[in-house]
Amino acid sequence: MTLLQAQGLTRRYKLPRRTVFGTPPVLTAVENISFEIAAGQTLGIVGESGSGKSTLARMAMAFEAPDAGRILFEGQDIHALGAAQLRRLRPDFQMVFQDPFSSLDPRRKVGWSIAEPLRAMGVSAPDRVAEAFEQVGLHPADGDKYPHEFSGGQRQRIAIARAIITRPKLLIADEAVSALDVSVQAQILNLLMDLQETLGLGILFISHDLAVVASVCDNLLVMQRGQAVEYGAATDILNTPSHAYTRSLLTAAGETH
Amino acid sequence: MFEMHEMTVRFSIGDALRDASLRIAPGDRLGIVGESGSGKSMLAACLMGMVPQSATLSGRLTIDGTDMTHAAEDLWQTIRARRAAMIFQEPMSALNPLRRVGDTVAEPMRVHLGLGKAQARARVQALFEEVGIPDPSARLRMFPHELSGGQRQRVLIALALACDPELLIADEPTTALDANVALKITDLLVHLSQSRNMALVFISHDLAAVARATTEIAVMYGGDIVERGPTAAVLGTPAHPYTQGLLAARPDPRAMPREADGSRRRLPTIPGSVPPLQAMAKGCRFTGRCAVERSECASVKPVPTGPRHTTCHALLHEETP
Repeated sequence: MTLLQAQGLTRRYKLPRRTVFGTPPVLTAVENISFEIAAGQTLGIVGESGSGKSTLARMAMAFEAPDAGRILFEGQDIHALGAAQLRRLRPDFQMVFQDPFSSLDPRRKVGWSIAEPLRAMGVSAPDRVAEAFEQVGLHPADGDKYPHEFSGGQRQRIAIARAIITRPKLLIADEAVSALDVSVQAQILNLLMDLQETLGLGILFISHDLAVVASVCDNLLVMQRGQAVEYGAATDILNTPSHAYTRSLLTAAGETH
Repeated sequence: MFEMHEMTVRFSIGDALRDASLRIAPGDRLGIVGESGSGKSMLAACLMGMVPQSATLSGRLTIDGTDMTHAAEDLWQTIRARRAAMIFQEPMSALNPLRRVGDTVAEPMRVHLGLGKAQARARVQALFEEVGIPDPSARLRMFPHELSGGQRQRVLIALALACDPELLIADEPTTALDANVALKITDLLVHLSQSRNMALVFISHDLAAVARATTEIAVMYGGDIVERGPTAAVLGTPAHPYTQGLLAARPDPRAMPREADGSRRRLPTIPGSVPPLQAMAKGCRFTGRCAVERSECASVKPVPTGPRHTTCHALLHEETP
């Protein structure tokens, strides 16, 4: 079943004016991108900085609206919903950010931070906080600690716990393992696979590292300067890349293999 | 020739570097690999005489036979001025945003080589050409924000080369760059090392970049060099359990993501995470995360053994049953 469907997404940003009365130049961050994510499946998006990956994530999270195209979550256009309707839908799609050091409030106990999405839903359920801790391989008692008491990998587990506490159907992970050391990165990738299998999550996994994306995704979207260079089954693209840019990413990622 | 013999850097909370031994000859390309907290940057700081004052140094560091272990700061300044240079990860914060990049690169030539304005300018232009900056005469008038990340890193390389150093230390030079740009910068560093017969120390957590850039490699964990040897050999047949774990944990872009039964293939992992310095084991610092751990590992520091100077009790036991 299709969980998230993007149809012809385009997003343009106005750049600062060069002259007082001139029209400001426009940057097309994302141009005519379409993709689908099914429940229990992962779509990987790979591309270098400035390729439009994070713009796509922000539009998929309804943080900003596309200039053209639609994003359908279970068939509903999320940018056509009213504020209240969108708020009711939000528990279904959650996000994990890159930097586990800045995405947690340093002055709050992590148990409080994890429960924040529940409070936003108007739900109070301490047992769900404990459950979320256990799902990401931490101990419920860790909720009484502050972020600085955890390592980078543990903090990313906390960030994932916060994202899954609402029992979402879709998880958007934007460079979620990029700040981690290789040995910890593998642990977090495995955790995402575990959660996907037990919870049936659809995952939108964004990274600049093709090797990382390849290890977790079913389908792959390769982006360059806002355009989709390749889109399809990950194994096909990785075995027979049709675009020179994909081949160069493979070379960059695969040197030691 | 830079030589390090059993260098230890001790802080009140623990040793950031333990018994590190290395030799760097002209034209050598040495990779230092390890995760955060492994002591990579502390090793570089030793080679540059930039260890924090609060640390106690033991062991011996020599440059062309001269003992530099406890050398005075003014002696180190002459080394850093002419003989050893360093580039860092973040090319934006390493450049003065208010100065034209040409002036920044000219400064060490004017100060250390006593060149005049015109001479320095000509040299900067030649250096910009050498590091592959297109249209150098226009670029040297630009400010850092007008350049791309890759070009900024090239400017920093030009700055490091300003006084023709014998040793260039590159600390995570490609980490902040996109994959394709990173490859070009890596290749540039290799080319410069070859054409100038300059030693290159390439520090990175990125195994692919180190494999491409270097001929020798030292793998570090928790302040120890756990294994060193020819790059291809160490990465091809890793001896230390940590090196093995690190290589296995790296995702392979060509691997099939799913098993035959449809379940997703998990990545091999190293359990746990790097402990903070004060919590490190007295013996082998990989204790607690190691698959072949023995009873003596936590308390007895393993002696470097074999051609790779591998520090592992389990290996030692294997070789001499």
